[in-house]
Amino acid sequence: MVKVYTSSVINAPADRVWAQVRDFNGLPTWHPLIAESSIEGGDPPDRVGCVRNFTLRDGGRIRERLLALSDFDFLCVYAILESPMGVEDYVATLKLTPITDGDRTFAEWSAEFECAPPREQELAEQIGQGVFQGGFAALNTLMTRR
Amino acid sequence: MVEVVRSTVVPVPIDRVWPVLRDFNSHKDWHPAVAESRIENGLRSDEVGCVRRFSLADGAELREQLLRLSDDDHSYTYCILDSPIPLYGYVATVTLKPVTDTDATFWEWRSSFRTPPGQENQLALLVGESIYEAAFVALTTRLTHGSIRSRGGATPQVHAKSSANRVCSGLVLQAFGGPENLKWGPVSAPPPGPGEVRIEHKAIGLNYIDVYCRTGYFRLAEPPCPLGMEACGVVTDVGEGVDGILLGDRVAYACAPVGAYVEHRTMPAALLVVVPDEISSEQAAAVMLKGMTAEFLLHRVHRVRDGDVVLIHAAAGGVGQLLCQWARAMGAEVIGTVGSRDKVPVARDNGCIHTIVYTEENFVQRVVEITAGRGVDVVYDAVGRDAFMHSYEALAERGHLVSYGQASGPIEPIDIAAFAAKSATVSRPNFGHYTSTPQQVRAITDRLFRALRQGILRVDIGQRFALSEGAEAHRALESRHTRGSTVLIP
Repeated sequence: MVKVYTSSVINAPADRVWAQVRDFNGLPTWHPLIAESSIEGGDPPDRVGCVRNFTLRDGGRIRERLLALSDFDFLCVYAILESPMGVEDYVATLKLTPITDGDRTFAEWSAEFECAPPREQELAEQIGQGVFQGGFAALNTLMTRR
Repeated sequence: MVEVVRSTVVPVPIDRVWPVLRDFNSHKDWHPAVAESRIENGLRSDEVGCVRRFSLADGAELREQLLRLSDDDHSYTYCILDSPIPLYGYVATVTLKPVTDTDATFWEWRSSFRTPPGQENQLALLVGESIYEAAFVALTTRLTHGSIRSRGGATPQVHAKSSANRVCSGLVLQAFGGPENLKWGPVSAPPPGPGEVRIEHKAIGLNYIDVYCRTGYFRLAEPPCPLGMEACGVVTDVGEGVDGILLGDRVAYACAPVGAYVEHRTMPAALLVVVPDEISSEQAAAVMLKGMTAEFLLHRVHRVRDGDVVLIHAAAGGVGQLLCQWARAMGAEVIGTVGSRDKVPVARDNGCIHTIVYTEENFVQRVVEITAGRGVDVVYDAVGRDAFMHSYEALAERGHLVSYGQASGPIEPIDIAAFAAKSATVSRPNFGHYTSTPQQVRAITDRLFRALRQGILRVDIGQRFALSEGAEAHRALESRHTRGSTVLIP
């Protein structure tokens, strides 16, 4: 089991950041690696169990199922169904926590998955830095530009 | 049920914040609201179930019990057992999480409790602001204070608890004798026991007493052993029950036991003082022993007053320079003696209004001239044998002769009855008797550090040597080729 944990401070109130990230179909609007996204079967994007099907900027396709969504905890859990990355049993959690001092947001993005042992480090780096940290950086820029 | 949540981000890695917070009794060292605290029944302060009994600044007493402590989650939960403040069923949880992209720490404090009707808002504010937010500010200040921030860039590798001996290098005296007996070699610093901390030295002060220890003239340490009595460093490990010193604090000392010529050292925390930000590690290592000496000589052995006429021997020497600077700032008219003409400008730069080259002039006669026959109010004399009786002659009536060393040799027995001719006072102070408790040491260093910050005192670091080259430093000191203070850098 590989575990990846990335966290950051976003300089915007947690409810505003949450409004941006709770849309399970909204990755193309803020994440730099994602080009297009759609929800399969016409489900609403906040229906737990729905599947998003998206295209990466490099052309790869990923399908992910929403496992949990909480407007109370500012939390979203999802699993990868199909991807070109070569990971198994991939479950990720994105969670926001308000920082009362300065009305900012503590953002955590973590994942657990299985993969071929020689690729563990490379994948942990790619997911932790490329996907998660890249997402936080873009989110911070987006949220503080307004 | 009232719920209170406060959170912040501390710009320090989690492995420096957690060791402080996981100690359920550490709040007395940094929380501004807490006056005193202790753990009941002799339990450890990280033992689930332990009870801390503490008092607030206004005297109110509280008891709180640790219910859960997790090093895995960096989190603990506690409840209030007794409190004069009506917080009923109060349970609070403190959680830390790493901010991975900036090496900072997210710190959340949440609680729930009941109150008498109508007091909900007032008590929620009290808890959120006076306890949680006040704690955030105080501990952040405490943890970012000191060398960690001022050195910028990389933070040191610090470990909350390391049970291993730390093997490192040191300059070890093999046998009493010359500088060649100082050998660079392996030494070890044991894990800190109760009341102890382990320090990573940043700078070590060289003093003439080190030479006496090396030759065996003072039997303060038996070889093989590292020498040195003065240093500044960063705390890397904290033992049980340490008061007032936190992991990562920059600390300094000037005291026995001998053994500062090492990279890492384990010491009783009670011997250490926390060094303010504005004072560099080299300055602290250079000034502790001499500066503390100057402090108690001028403020405690004899209280120098505005307008006093003060005679300071060896005015260009290490302690002499500080005595001159400080006495001048206290309003004294400072007369300094020096051993050669080239030291006159040094003495003048340090605040002497009059300088006397005692190898060329009769200093008693010169003092008589300068003071129009009155004499001086106080003499600070570390020369000893060669100067002692002349120092007495230079005193005014009711003057004070402070003899704090004997560089030229032992002082002859004196006829105390003869001192009635001037109603003179003689003091022979011993550093140890002015610095025997942590309270005394802190009172002295508080004033010393304040004087340094205010620019009343300047530290002249004349030369730096690598610690491994400490034998060279001894040679330079003994051959009088040094100027000001000398520091050894590990």
